[in-house]
Amino acid sequence: MGYILNFNLIWRHFDKLWGGLLLSLELAVISIAIGIVIGLVLAVWYVSAGRAVRTIIAGYVEFIRNVPLILLVYLVFYGLPTVVDIAYSAQTSFIATLSLYSGAYLVEVFRSGLEAVPRGQLDAGKAIGLTPWQRLLHVRLPTMLRITLPALSNTFISLFKDTSVASVISVPELTYGAQWINFNTFRIVEVYLVVTAMYLLTGYTLLFALRLVERRFKAAR
Amino acid sequence: MLSQIIYALPFLAEGFAVTLWVSLLVVVLSLIAGVLMGVGLVYGPAPLRWAVRIFSDTIRGIPILVLIFFVYYGLPAVGLHLESFWAAVLALTLFKTAQVVEYLRGAVGSIPKGQSEAAMAIGLTFRQRLAYVIFPQAFRRFLPPWINGVTDAVKGSALVSLLGITDLMQAINQVIGRTYEAMPLYILGALVYFAVNYALSLASRRLERRFSFIRE
Repeated sequence: MGYILNFNLIWRHFDKLWGGLLLSLELAVISIAIGIVIGLVLAVWYVSAGRAVRTIIAGYVEFIRNVPLILLVYLVFYGLPTVVDIAYSAQTSFIATLSLYSGAYLVEVFRSGLEAVPRGQLDAGKAIGLTPWQRLLHVRLPTMLRITLPALSNTFISLFKDTSVASVISVPELTYGAQWINFNTFRIVEVYLVVTAMYLLTGYTLLFALRLVERRFKAAR
Repeated sequence: MLSQIIYALPFLAEGFAVTLWVSLLVVVLSLIAGVLMGVGLVYGPAPLRWAVRIFSDTIRGIPILVLIFFVYYGLPAVGLHLESFWAAVLALTLFKTAQVVEYLRGAVGSIPKGQSEAAMAIGLTFRQRLAYVIFPQAFRRFLPPWINGVTDAVKGSALVSLLGITDLMQAINQVIGRTYEAMPLYILGALVYFAVNYALSLASRRLERRFSFIRE
């Protein structure tokens, strides 16, 4: 044993961790925003589509959900550019990956949310003469969003934790900052203690804030 | 291209065996630790309950990658030397244990209180109550999410590649390093992971349906 904690070097390089945390949050926010669009479009399409489209969407969802995120990150960053003539930064590549990743999880969330919208609401919409498009926009989606809000915030928090995988392609988010300090100062225990605290504080603050939002928008009975 | 990949297949298969071995160890060890701690969380005295709660909420609140690095780099720093393989297994097991604790809490919590009281009334001891009354009923609630969670263990095992352990993920990266055939190999790897995990999630869904006839 005989390990003496010394946090001085951590504070000296704290900007790496703070900047990393902000980048982690940014990656999570952008990815879930794109993921929500993917999820909404595919979920609405899924519930009204024929078998072929359903199979394709389900294939996408199942593929993403059953493959390790780190492999998807490598595939998009190292694999794709070898077959398609595009170039992108590690950060863009990671955002694309995490968006597709969250999109797959959100299709499932939204799809079950759409199915949970009470039949009577749709009939009522029809009865007052709303067009199918209006029923979707003014009846199904708002109710569905209220139902799915808790699942949505859970997805966001787990995405925030998943941003740590970006460190494997050297995106300077929080875990990358931790590794940098680990390798350059060898204050190993200290840096991971601080980073653990940062992830916990941020994660639980987000959870608490999102639960308040959920209570505000809880589906009316 | 194809001949290079075929040439690498035995090497990839070895990596896949490591992936399965890591996953199996993690799943078994976390099941034992998680059930014990889960029982502690539900039935234990307050200090034990608090300790398990803090453990579970802390572990589940940080990225698994941070936990892996913490264990791998942190333990030698405080004088504990673990082989990288066992450091990885330890970190993944800690993570999975926290999940098992929550599955168990949820499953046991779903059993009506009257069951426990009735068992007490006929004079069963604590262990008998668990073994004959609570666990058999909680089992059907525990099993589907747990099997679903096994897929998380298989996916999480890919992170051990970052500690230089030659699992499937690392084997793929090494073969790509030699052959520069990135896309075919990543897709091959993805399909292997997919096959394993999809089979597991199908099993989970079937079990869920099988148990759904039981009315609550």
